[in-house]
Amino acid sequence: MTDEIKAPCSRLEDILRAGHFAVTAELNPPDSADPEDVYRAAGVLAEVCDGINAVDASGANCHISSVAMCALLTRAGYEPVYQVTCRDRNRIAIQGDMLGAAAMGVLNVLCLTGDDVTAGDQPEAKRVFDFDSIQLLRTARTMRDEAVFLSGRKITSPPCFFLGAAANPFVPPYDWRPQRLAKKIAAGAQFIQTQYCFDLDRLKEYMKQVRDLGLDKQAFILAGVGPLKSAGAAEFLRSKVPGVVIPDYIVDRLKKTPKEKQQEEGKKICVEIIKEVREIEGIAGIHIMAYRQEELVAEIVEQSGLLPRPNIQ
Amino acid sequence: MFRWLQNYPHFLEIIYNLFEVGLSPLKRWFKPNGFGEPLIIAVEKVGKGAVFNCKMCGQCILHSTGMTCPLNCPKHLRNGPCGGVRPNGYCEIKPDMICVWVEAYERSLRMPLYGHQFASLQPPMNNQLKGTSSWINMFHGIDTKLPEGWTSTRDIPVNFIKEDFHD
Repeated sequence: MTDEIKAPCSRLEDILRAGHFAVTAELNPPDSADPEDVYRAAGVLAEVCDGINAVDASGANCHISSVAMCALLTRAGYEPVYQVTCRDRNRIAIQGDMLGAAAMGVLNVLCLTGDDVTAGDQPEAKRVFDFDSIQLLRTARTMRDEAVFLSGRKITSPPCFFLGAAANPFVPPYDWRPQRLAKKIAAGAQFIQTQYCFDLDRLKEYMKQVRDLGLDKQAFILAGVGPLKSAGAAEFLRSKVPGVVIPDYIVDRLKKTPKEKQQEEGKKICVEIIKEVREIEGIAGIHIMAYRQEELVAEIVEQSGLLPRPNIQ
Repeated sequence: MFRWLQNYPHFLEIIYNLFEVGLSPLKRWFKPNGFGEPLIIAVEKVGKGAVFNCKMCGQCILHSTGMTCPLNCPKHLRNGPCGGVRPNGYCEIKPDMICVWVEAYERSLRMPLYGHQFASLQPPMNNQLKGTSSWINMFHGIDTKLPEGWTSTRDIPVNFIKEDFHD
């Protein structure tokens, strides 16, 4: 591929490359066959975000598929980030879906291992994990750069993906987490969306190691943030959702707040975290995960001083 | 039964090294579909089963994963821990089991011979090799044969852990 005939490029990528502090948000898939449900949820995010993540069966629960959601979003001119997990599909299905997504106009792909089936509503399901996230990333890159499937068979018109991966700096083995990031970048990751960041001391330590390895220069790192709805929701998140770490002082702060004001306090904590994260060298943006509180995203972005969003076509 | 041996990863990597070098003259006995294959498979299954809880994937990478079998990870990951590890280092899926990769990482730091390979990018598994002998496959290069679209990843420099060796 030469530069002149370069396929359409991701708007998210352009925004990051232009040096803007990017904002993406998670769109939780509805349990509905009505496209309007997707559009309603996306509408409140699109105005204030540079990319909308279409979650692939969030928490291993059955929902509308992420590839279908992406197809709906591109039709309406939104910029989706197609989340692909390795839990439910083998390599044949994944590569086919990625090509299909590209044909639908999807330009951003987030490659994930995925929560285990036991985390979801159908724990009896068979887990697949034919790929891990790193093998998935590399395969997607091969499809894009070499125009072949994993088997070596030719793809006549390759996808033009901006490839992403996830990172969780908050769980062991802590020392190795930056190296895992290095591995993901070597496999093809161009942007990173992290797990919820609540423990900012740990994040700063992690980012220091990341900078020492020069990784912040090789990929755009978006810090995951999100409002906690209540003290109870915080307890649920940290005890039941794999990989989420919330320090006691945050949960205590919510507990000390009267119940009816906890959601407001959760939002306030989120804005404070965004402002602090923004100051960390090497963080290129934020990724807001406001599960069942999507209506708060606009306020959070606004109160964090991140409006208006850059207008890059 | 012999799982405690895994806590001596340096000893095990020496055994692995001797095994690889020492047995290569006997390569002709280690033949795919040869008459000795069932016996070799049985020995491998029992031996590696006792020490590593080996799952007979037929493409052993123990020396690259801290002498800890990655197929004991419920997600069968080959390239390191997922993001679901519990803060105490235990598995997201099996709360009573230490994360395979937390152990693998710690052990790889105590492996001066092969520990650096922990950083290498492992290709997708070849599911056709399940149940076959990784020893036979190793001697005949069967386990290192990659899908055509997977350009070799062995040469990718993702090696950042060399300096951290304790011994």
